[in-house]
Amino acid sequence: MQAANATELTRARVRSAWMFLLPMIVVLALVAGWPLVRTIYFAFTDANLSDIGSYSFIGFANFLEYYEGEWFGLLVDTDWWRAVWNTLWFTVISVSIETVLGLVVALTLNAHFPGRGVLRAAILIPWAIPTIVSAKMWGWMLHDQFGILNDILLSLGLIAKPVAWTASPDTAMWAVIMVDVWKTTPFMALLILAALQILPSDCYEAAKVDGIHPVRVFFRVTLPLIRPALMVAIIFRALDALRIFDLIYVLTSNSRDTMSMSVYARQQLVDFQEVGYGSAAATALFLIIAVLIALTLTFGKVRLGEDVR
Amino acid sequence: MAEVVLKNVSKDFGSVKVIRGVDLSIADGEFAVFVGPSGCGKSTLLRLVAGLEDISGGDLYIGGDRANAKSPKERGIAMVFQSYALYPHMTVYENMAFGLSLSGGGKAEIDAAVRKAADILELTPLLERLPKQLSGGQRQRVAIGRAIVRNPRVFLFDEPLSNLDAALRVQMRIEIAKLHKEIGATMVYVTHDQVEAMTLADKIVVLNAGNVEQVGAPLELYHHPRNMFVAGFIGSPKMNFLATRVESVSEKGLEVALPGGGSVTVPVRPDGLSAGDMVTLGIRPEHFGDLAESGSETGLSGTVDVIEHLGEATLAYVKLADGTLATAKIPGDAALREGQDIRLALPGSQCHLFRGDETALPRL
Repeated sequence: MQAANATELTRARVRSAWMFLLPMIVVLALVAGWPLVRTIYFAFTDANLSDIGSYSFIGFANFLEYYEGEWFGLLVDTDWWRAVWNTLWFTVISVSIETVLGLVVALTLNAHFPGRGVLRAAILIPWAIPTIVSAKMWGWMLHDQFGILNDILLSLGLIAKPVAWTASPDTAMWAVIMVDVWKTTPFMALLILAALQILPSDCYEAAKVDGIHPVRVFFRVTLPLIRPALMVAIIFRALDALRIFDLIYVLTSNSRDTMSMSVYARQQLVDFQEVGYGSAAATALFLIIAVLIALTLTFGKVRLGEDVR
Repeated sequence: MAEVVLKNVSKDFGSVKVIRGVDLSIADGEFAVFVGPSGCGKSTLLRLVAGLEDISGGDLYIGGDRANAKSPKERGIAMVFQSYALYPHMTVYENMAFGLSLSGGGKAEIDAAVRKAADILELTPLLERLPKQLSGGQRQRVAIGRAIVRNPRVFLFDEPLSNLDAALRVQMRIEIAKLHKEIGATMVYVTHDQVEAMTLADKIVVLNAGNVEQVGAPLELYHHPRNMFVAGFIGSPKMNFLATRVESVSEKGLEVALPGGGSVTVPVRPDGLSAGDMVTLGIRPEHFGDLAESGSETGLSGTVDVIEHLGEATLAYVKLADGTLATAKIPGDAALREGQDIRLALPGSQCHLFRGDETALPRL
């Protein structure tokens, strides 16, 4: 009798769990699942934006095709591989800098000093500004003729003539990275600060009594303890960085020197109206991100949702 | 090993005075226990000795050197925390070795120190475990082991047993006492549990509101409390206090009136008190005797309000003629009923008398 009751209770719980899950599953299927499936489907067609209704299935031709003694397709497109390289380079460099700076900022904000609350709010401002707005803002500041950065550097005598920060191949990627670091370091800092604040304070007192040098305490106690949270923050940022579009598109448009995978896909899809080929690029982008994240999770031994302690 | 001397040490947090001019001397190898109610400043006093808090005023000497400005490490102290404060990501071995790795010792030397401490504390089979895989008692042993390996001059314990269950607490109490005998280092121990204080201490320091109320050996505090606070704090259940007045003064002591009639002569020095002065009579629950057995003339009459059977003794809460509730501890299973009238013998030699300002009158 009791067992039957328990089963009934379990069944009721499972039922209500589904009731809660169902709306989210439906929404996700509609806004994420369907477009994804559709994009992957288009990747195997010759669809064109001028007449999206008529297309035919062409197999893997968008990715790789041998035609009259030559290889064609995404996998042999040097512009695509340039975009892949740009994206990876941007991701590794910007996320690394953001992690280090975020750690520094978080450790500073974790200390007790007057005005900490105000500073915490202030440091979030770059993160709160929409990317398009901050990209436009930086676009003007980095402008080769009217930009304030050139003006300052010229008046300080650090450069002899104005630099075209976003147009010159030498500086364009660094300009993009700098703006991204400026914008997303607060996000990193906030996630790390949250992890720092739940660290057990008694461990630090024990270390103090034992006379362990603060630098050693940081590397041997703090860093291992915040590692799970830090890895989650890095993965979030890396996911974001791998699909970067708006910042690069606004700052440098379709420049080959900074073109990311997303910018490449958009160019094919919209500018060249090649829905099939653009979808193939988008699908490849999806696969690259999925593989990279799977690798990070496996080798970083990260369990999402794991307790920090 | 070192003696610890505090001279007029005080601590303020802003305008709040937490420690008010404490003078204290703990001899080399002594086991001193700071005891007092919550918020009395006992943990703060320990943290001042540890160097985790700055001393606002006065001087602290450890081993003869002024230690006010020294870092915890330079003071040569090791501390065991109430919450164990183990590094959650390190194994037992790493937890114990971590504090050592920088103090210049070679790898083999560190290993030997850790293994020796693990041996003393029976932690050897657990060395590769993480703190979360240990029970509370094992964690506390690791915390103690971490202190031992550093071979400090002074051990500081901040309520180390309060997170353990009752049975484990007794066991760990014995282990700490054994440890003190083996190592012979100076130990300062903070607790709110007067049983721990009584059993462990060579010297008990009773603190109240940032002041030292009395310093002394456990039995000295039990038999000769200097004031009502110490009298009430040491001993369990706590001492009964009855407001009364002096009937007469003789060379045998002071005769005081009892609620419900009668009187008792307490062998204390009158110290200027005379008949009619208000005093407080103190008697421990275990010092009452059943009137029928003792045949004493002096006694307290009352009605049994509540009875608690502890097995080895019975606690009777007795409502006296003036309405105060007195606790009596009667050995064995006393055949008492609630609501029953009872007469408790009051041996004058076991009574304490306190002046109006709560200080005790010295015994004859």
